[in-house]
Amino acid sequence: MFDNFPLWPTAASTGAGNVDALYIFLVALSSFMCAAIFTMIIVFALRYRRRKGVEAEQIEGSTVLEITWSAVPLFIFLFIFVWGAAIYFAERTPPRGATEVYVVAKQWMWKLQHPEGPREINELHVPVGRDVKLIMTSQDVIHSFYVPSFRIKQDVLPGRYTTAWFRAIKPGTYHLFCAEYCGTMHSGMIGQVVVMEPNRYEAWLSGGGTSGSLAANGASMFQQLGCPTCHRSDTQGRGPNLVGVFGKPVHLEDGRTVIADEDYIRESIVAPAAKIVSGFKPIMPVFQGLVSEEQLNALVVYIKSLSPPPSGSAGQPSGLPAGAELQQPKE
Amino acid sequence: MSDSPGAVETQKPELLHHFSSAEQQRDASTFGMWLFLATEIMFFGGMFCAYLIYRYWYYNEFAAGSRSINIWLGTINTAVLICSSLTVALGVRAAQMGKRKLLVTLLLITMVFGVAFLGIKGVEWYQKFEEHHIPGNSFNVDDIIHDYPQIHIDPQHEQIFFSLYFAMTGLHALHMVIGLGIFTFLTYKAWKGVYSPSYYTPVEVGGLYWHFVDIVWIYLFPLLYLIDRKPLR
Amino acid sequence: MAERETYLNKEYGIRSWLLTTDHKRIALLYLISITFFFFIGGFFALLIRLELLTPAGDLVQADTYNKLFTMHGMVMVFFFLIPSIPAVLGNFLVPLMIGAKDLAFPRINLLSWYLYVIAGIMMLHSIVTGGVDTGWTFYTPFSTAFSNTKVIEAGLAIFVSGFSSILTGLNFVVTIHRMRAPGMTWSRLPLFIWAHYATSIIQLLGTPVIAITLVLVVFERAFNLGIFDPNRGGDPLLFQHLFWFYSHPAVYIMILPSMGVVTEIIPCFTRKRIFGYKFVAASSIGIAVLGFLVWAHHMFVAGISLYSALIFSLLSYLVAVPSAIKVFNWTATMYKGSISFTTPMLYAFGFIGLFTMGGLTGLFLAALGIDVHVTDTYFVIAHFHYIMVGGAVMGYLAGMHFWWPKISGRMYPEWLGKFAALIVFLGFNLTFFPQFLLGYMGMPRRYWQYPPEFQVLNVLSTAGSTILAVGYILPMIYFLWSMRYGEPAPDNPWGASGLEWTTQSPPTTFNFEETPEVTWEAYDYEHIPAPEEVPVER
Repeated sequence: MFDNFPLWPTAASTGAGNVDALYIFLVALSSFMCAAIFTMIIVFALRYRRRKGVEAEQIEGSTVLEITWSAVPLFIFLFIFVWGAAIYFAERTPPRGATEVYVVAKQWMWKLQHPEGPREINELHVPVGRDVKLIMTSQDVIHSFYVPSFRIKQDVLPGRYTTAWFRAIKPGTYHLFCAEYCGTMHSGMIGQVVVMEPNRYEAWLSGGGTSGSLAANGASMFQQLGCPTCHRSDTQGRGPNLVGVFGKPVHLEDGRTVIADEDYIRESIVAPAAKIVSGFKPIMPVFQGLVSEEQLNALVVYIKSLSPPPSGSAGQPSGLPAGAELQQPKE
Repeated sequence: MSDSPGAVETQKPELLHHFSSAEQQRDASTFGMWLFLATEIMFFGGMFCAYLIYRYWYYNEFAAGSRSINIWLGTINTAVLICSSLTVALGVRAAQMGKRKLLVTLLLITMVFGVAFLGIKGVEWYQKFEEHHIPGNSFNVDDIIHDYPQIHIDPQHEQIFFSLYFAMTGLHALHMVIGLGIFTFLTYKAWKGVYSPSYYTPVEVGGLYWHFVDIVWIYLFPLLYLIDRKPLR
Repeated sequence: MAERETYLNKEYGIRSWLLTTDHKRIALLYLISITFFFFIGGFFALLIRLELLTPAGDLVQADTYNKLFTMHGMVMVFFFLIPSIPAVLGNFLVPLMIGAKDLAFPRINLLSWYLYVIAGIMMLHSIVTGGVDTGWTFYTPFSTAFSNTKVIEAGLAIFVSGFSSILTGLNFVVTIHRMRAPGMTWSRLPLFIWAHYATSIIQLLGTPVIAITLVLVVFERAFNLGIFDPNRGGDPLLFQHLFWFYSHPAVYIMILPSMGVVTEIIPCFTRKRIFGYKFVAASSIGIAVLGFLVWAHHMFVAGISLYSALIFSLLSYLVAVPSAIKVFNWTATMYKGSISFTTPMLYAFGFIGLFTMGGLTGLFLAALGIDVHVTDTYFVIAHFHYIMVGGAVMGYLAGMHFWWPKISGRMYPEWLGKFAALIVFLGFNLTFFPQFLLGYMGMPRRYWQYPPEFQVLNVLSTAGSTILAVGYILPMIYFLWSMRYGEPAPDNPWGASGLEWTTQSPPTTFNFEETPEVTWEAYDYEHIPAPEEVPVER
């Protein structure tokens, strides 16, 4: 609706409608409150305007009223809080089995890597109905990945991964903006998300250059950098066995236990001394500066592929050639 | 209440016109200084907050860095400051009792302690300078890394320790310098006989400031110098 | 007829002004300097709006545009909004309202103005020697390791201005505690005083934190440290937490005083005491306290944990309650009042309307699910301008008109005042309402160029800004005009309550011949005759 004078962008993701619903409620509530207060003020201003011989009535206050108009708004606010929190919780909890696209932000462009291999700059092609999880990092300053039509936004930080997810429901082309000021061409760091019907997406995917899937790239990097020397697939290595490590708890030598997520894998490559696995020595070389963010992403995806996919999903890309084992679009 | 003509003549010259009594003036001054010290707590507090977070994350580097600063100089400085707080407190008492010479002496001794503190701190910093532990372009902690072969020291994290070390001790030293300026003023006025049992508020208020600077050091010392002084494993 | 002695004519000459310790003269010194910075910041705003008339970046270069919005923000926040009401109206009125001869520390008051001026000169210098382009929020690592503009100088300028703010707050707290006239108990204080008391607490406890944060940013930039830079072992989120820990309470520094102003004006022009005095006083303190607990609602998409976000969202809803209470109390005061529509009252009406709208949009932003979509867009810009400009600046203008007779001894031309108020109100809404729509449509903030579909709303906004500019220039002109040609003002032209109205207009240097003794409650409009009922004295 409102095609000629839109009040909101197309709702092109599963989450967008939920955000709009709360928005409309808040607009209605605010309009009602404004109308009520403004009407009262106007009525009072007219009815009680200064007239000769009519004195103002001195009213101290009313504790009952004060409590009422504190408690009622408070309850309404708490209701809004819960509603907003529920939406946020869903926004920040990517579903299992989502396709993972790696995003590297830099001044002033977006670089995206599909798991099957294709790379894009300032554009992201996705099929309708597919859960897509973005795993993002920055090469320099803080940026923010913003797709208004999906109602998603997430700051992208240097030195760590942040994530966002969406499921597109309508084919079309939607704005992608950088939403955290990042220097000269902050306003030029824009692009588009292209949502396609599944079969057209397949066509696009196979039409692209075969630079190899992310996991395959990661596998060859792993060999190139000499990682298997220490990270053997048995217990004899000087480094921990990485098969099956992703997503599991890891016991560190300082007594802490952490989960081996993307951040952990990435940190272990660029700053290995930060978390030493219990029973191992701090001898791993530092790869900070020797591998780019894209290469790091490939390594992370490769190490993830050494673990069985979480149960219940239709399978994660695991070094298989593009086109195989793609998730069926859900309703 | 009103100011009767007789009352005006007996008012001391130190009573400022907008106050209705010496007591009100004194109360206002000390209250003002306490409020100012509260702002100073918030000021140092921001850095203490950054310090606590990084210490939690980079414990090893903080411990190693802590061991590399001179605990003897730090301990002497702590003793120096505590003594200076004593002389300040005694000075306030001397002012209360109208003992001008004693007050001047105590204020001077306090300043000597203050200068000693800064001198010792200067020696400490110079040691750090020689060891290339001052953050910046010539920062180098190979020596520390070498001292701890069994744990990994990340030079970047070590630099954060030293950045905070210099920022915190530097800010503290700046406050000491300001304190010395204040006390120079107080000593001069005391020598001229401005302070008496009925008017010694500036001494009291200056003393509060000095005690605060001392207390900040009492926190800084264990946080920076005593992180891990157990014998090395 | 010999001219009466006032604080204005007691002494002449520049020295008597630059070395004054009279709180009223210092208030005027501040008035001149903050007005100057208001127009500098406003000039930057006009350039921004002009650039945004078209989607392409065609008026200035991208780097220049980035400097414009940065310096607009820094100047307006630190050199206009934060000092404005406290340093001008607060300095002038706090001693008068409580029956004191001056603030507790008059020389520190003067020092505070000099610190402001020094900071202002440093800021101006950084502007004319190249400017700053980090955004007023200084986010790292851009500000510490990537920007090549005058970050250090601007940071130091703001640092110095912070001291000015702290000293003002310190002075007010001690004065309000210790220098109230006999009989002026806490529950008889004008709510303007309560508002300034709450504001001062925030100034005292919050400002030092941004001071140390900026010091660390300056050190980092100057000495290549890594405290906030992940490339060197640091954490950019630490910067954001430290920054917002002050900068959120700062917005309450900016709004509470104007709420205090409005709370003086409404009883006067409804001729009745404020409804719910205790609740209004408590709500000021409540806002100050709760305001310290919500800072990370600026960081919902910054990478904080889900659970942090939940807590800060919940707390943000709590802080909305005391503000709502005030709006209801102001409205209730009008019930069965006897209302007149003078310029201050018109501004007060405008304040209530615009603050209500701005505050309600705060509910949108506190809702986590909505904030993800609208944060860092024009929705946020519209929200805070409704509160800062529609609220704080209108409150400031309301107060300037209300107390102008007391400050200058002259009446401003009433019809012009009303006309300017209307222009401000219309210009303001046309400027900022379209920005809510732009934000929800997805237009990010700090964009030099934008997609063409956003143009219509941007054009409306720019049109509004030109009208708003006229609305602001008018009072400058007629206030200046009135100092020479305005009708001489009686002691109490509005028939208002408050000790300041018992002195002559303008007051003498020492305010009161004899220290007043207060035996009546605040807003004692039952016993104060309305202006027409009092024969005009001259």
